[in-house]
Amino acid sequence: MAQYILRRVLIAIPSLLGISVVLFTVLALAPGDPFEELATNPAVPPEVRANLRTKFGLDDPVYLRYVHWIIAMAQGDWGFSFVSRVNVDTLILQRLPTTLFVIGSAQILSILIAIPVGVFAATRPYSIFDQIASTFAFIGFSLPTFFTGLLFILVFSIYLDWLPFVYRSDLSAVGWRWYWEHFRQAIMPVSVFGLALAASMTRYVRSAVLDVIRLDYVTTARAKGLAERVVVTKHVVRNALIPVVTLVALQMPAIFGGAIVTEQIFRIPGIGSLLISSILANDTPVIMAVTFVFACLVVFFNLIADILYGWLDPRITFS
Amino acid sequence: MKEQELRGLIARVKGGKLSRRGFVQRMVALGLTAPMASQMLDFCGVARAQTKFAYKPTKRGGGGALKVLWWQGATLLNPHFAVGTKDQEGSRIFYEPLAGWDEEGNLVPMLAAEVPSRQNGGLAADGKSVTWKLKQGVKWHDGKPFTADDVVFNWEYSSDPATAAVTIGSYKDVKVEKVDDLTVTVRFAKPTPFWADAFVGTRGMLLPKHLFADYIGAKSRDAPANLKPVGTGPYKFADFKPGDMVRGEINPDYHVANRPHFDSIEMKGGGDAISAARAVLQTGEYDYAWNMQVEDEILKRLEQGGKGVAVITPGGNIEHIQLNSTDPWTEVDGERSSLKTQHPLLSDPAVKQALGMLVDRKSVEDHIYGRTGLATGNFLNNPERFRSKSTKWELNVDKANQLLEAAGWKKGPDGVRAKDGKKLKFVYQTSINTPRQKTQAIVKQACQKAGIDVELKSVTASVYFSSDVANPDTYGKFYCDIQMYTTTMSQPDPEVFMNQFTSWEVATKENKWQGRNITRYRSEEYDKTFRAAEGELDPVKRAAHFIKMNELAVGDYAVIPVVYRPRVAAISSKLKAELSGWDNDFWNLKEWYREA
Repeated sequence: MAQYILRRVLIAIPSLLGISVVLFTVLALAPGDPFEELATNPAVPPEVRANLRTKFGLDDPVYLRYVHWIIAMAQGDWGFSFVSRVNVDTLILQRLPTTLFVIGSAQILSILIAIPVGVFAATRPYSIFDQIASTFAFIGFSLPTFFTGLLFILVFSIYLDWLPFVYRSDLSAVGWRWYWEHFRQAIMPVSVFGLALAASMTRYVRSAVLDVIRLDYVTTARAKGLAERVVVTKHVVRNALIPVVTLVALQMPAIFGGAIVTEQIFRIPGIGSLLISSILANDTPVIMAVTFVFACLVVFFNLIADILYGWLDPRITFS
Repeated sequence: MKEQELRGLIARVKGGKLSRRGFVQRMVALGLTAPMASQMLDFCGVARAQTKFAYKPTKRGGGGALKVLWWQGATLLNPHFAVGTKDQEGSRIFYEPLAGWDEEGNLVPMLAAEVPSRQNGGLAADGKSVTWKLKQGVKWHDGKPFTADDVVFNWEYSSDPATAAVTIGSYKDVKVEKVDDLTVTVRFAKPTPFWADAFVGTRGMLLPKHLFADYIGAKSRDAPANLKPVGTGPYKFADFKPGDMVRGEINPDYHVANRPHFDSIEMKGGGDAISAARAVLQTGEYDYAWNMQVEDEILKRLEQGGKGVAVITPGGNIEHIQLNSTDPWTEVDGERSSLKTQHPLLSDPAVKQALGMLVDRKSVEDHIYGRTGLATGNFLNNPERFRSKSTKWELNVDKANQLLEAAGWKKGPDGVRAKDGKKLKFVYQTSINTPRQKTQAIVKQACQKAGIDVELKSVTASVYFSSDVANPDTYGKFYCDIQMYTTTMSQPDPEVFMNQFTSWEVATKENKWQGRNITRYRSEEYDKTFRAAEGELDPVKRAAHFIKMNELAVGDYAVIPVVYRPRVAAISSKLKAELSGWDNDFWNLKEWYREA
């Protein structure tokens, strides 16, 4: 097992290097300039921009900049943002907790909805409940989050005036009030994102359970006279969830990407909104770092998914 | 308007026949800035009352939290590194300059004890120095006294090229000397009519010497105070997350009595302009939102909620069309739009004049910008009150047709005019931005009626406004016949602004297209007038020069001004805020208060 993990990690290194080369070249070739805003301001002499470019090494050839970057990166130096002149790792760490909170809550919400609904629908296929659940699931993953997000804002903030639509990471309230305020502001983004995730996951759970429920051992369990509840929870769901668990792990990086839209709509100061504002400002070091983190997440969660799969399903070996 | 007429007007102000405000507005209509107009009056000895603010609260604090929304959050809090106004605004919460500009262009002392003038001996008669007296008893947030050393230090800090400060333009050509602990003198190399640049307004915010002294030059990025500002302002630093949140707490030792009103301030960033407007105007979640780049129609609808209003502040931004005076389609020595060429079509004055008549500014204003873009014929600015009087522009397709006909441009079978085998065909570029594309369409339509074929081109803003030497689509290269964008005039004096038509500023391959003269307009008379204005100490004579420059640039159709774009902010109906188009939104944050 340890050997397997080691082998996978060693294989991951060249693929991450490859990813970083591609990312860096694409970003370097993309047009734009972090000091664009200075260009249309007549009060700023053009030498200032030229100076800044030299100072931040933007005039060096691309391969040289890449070598500088990779050497610094290997030493744990992520570089600094051209726009805020703050170290990139500080920026990311500052925003990580918020993203984790929102994504985590949304993921938990989606699991809480998807598993019971999916299982219940699968045990009674084509019943009224199943039809309704399927309809909602289809609606859920047909509607993009930028639409549902705006819809929620319109209904709950503007017409009903129940919930705030600007998310703040540092609320001034203290004690219970802080939790309450936090809960209130998190309801909309978490449910928008969580419901979208739940929709597709419900479908997965349903089909996974349907696959298993027809198998002979389930019939045997029923023949033994076990209660339906026991059959479903102990025998069906346990086996059916193996592919679902790997799916959740594989989905994680995509979820980070998907959260970008939700973060932008609700002004959540997370990694996604950092990425968007850095792209708009052509802040290459930050874009590079955030996309690289995403790339690492993909590699990492792929590994996790494989390991989990083997752990849950003893039929699979790692040799 | 000639110098004589200006003097006549000033005499009327002196005699009380014309109000000060009326004079300023009239000057602004002529294309001057309000600060310049006000400077003229001061110079001619027209007395003026100190700017008064209607500040009602009678004690410091007690106003709760002030919540403001910036849809592009502040990314750094060092005013000398501020890339955009968002960063200046974030810094302005904590830092103050010696003086700021009010709405009418008057200097208002902040950290200075008084505004330097001839009468109080602050201004030298030869125009080569200005002496500032500093306010007594001002303390930095950490308790250290504010002295002349701090002021001198800011000059050293910014003027060092290794610091890479964006404010260097205001400091590199001056020398600053300490006279005593509360007096500094700014010396200029040559007589300088506009002396209120260094230490004033957006570029004049002062950093404390004791925290930045070790971080001058190449080490400037490492200063811990870059992220934790210690200033003299009404609010003390509490917390900062780049791009997201700036928080400040009341400064209990603030140097102005009974101010500020609010106990804390929160400046939240991110999101988009429309939802920011919504949060102020419709739900009232926030008190103030900056830079409402939102269609006027939407703003009006949101205002119906009654929780807030859109405030429009005149400033100096102009959306304008530039006509290329060189040939963008012929390459000479590795560059297009080279000075060695002449535009094949636009060198004919009749064509340029016709184009000027084909820009339907009225429709652009009515159907696209509404209150947020006012039709204008001047290249500088033009407030609503005088719009009708200074109408220099007209939309007249028939007259344009006649003009072209008379100049020998005959319509061909395809409806496009031609002369000597050259077709009247232009490529018209701008950045991607919905109002701009709509404006392009309006111009194209009018041109079609006059037999001019216009091809529209739009470039992503990040490419268009970049300084990428390798990219042919940047605005600086101008490899195109006509282009359109907004030029911002953030500083109160038009000198730097107007140098964009001087022959030595032309953007060429040689200066990597960094020159400010994008239209490549060259006129001996313009150059001469600009040089004369540079050294002219009499503000009235200088104003006359600038009016002439404005007339030359517009009259020779180097540019066709389209709309003048004031600053738009959304503000809660309970909040009282002093805004100014010549300084930051937060220029007078200490006077902001909420009505009970």
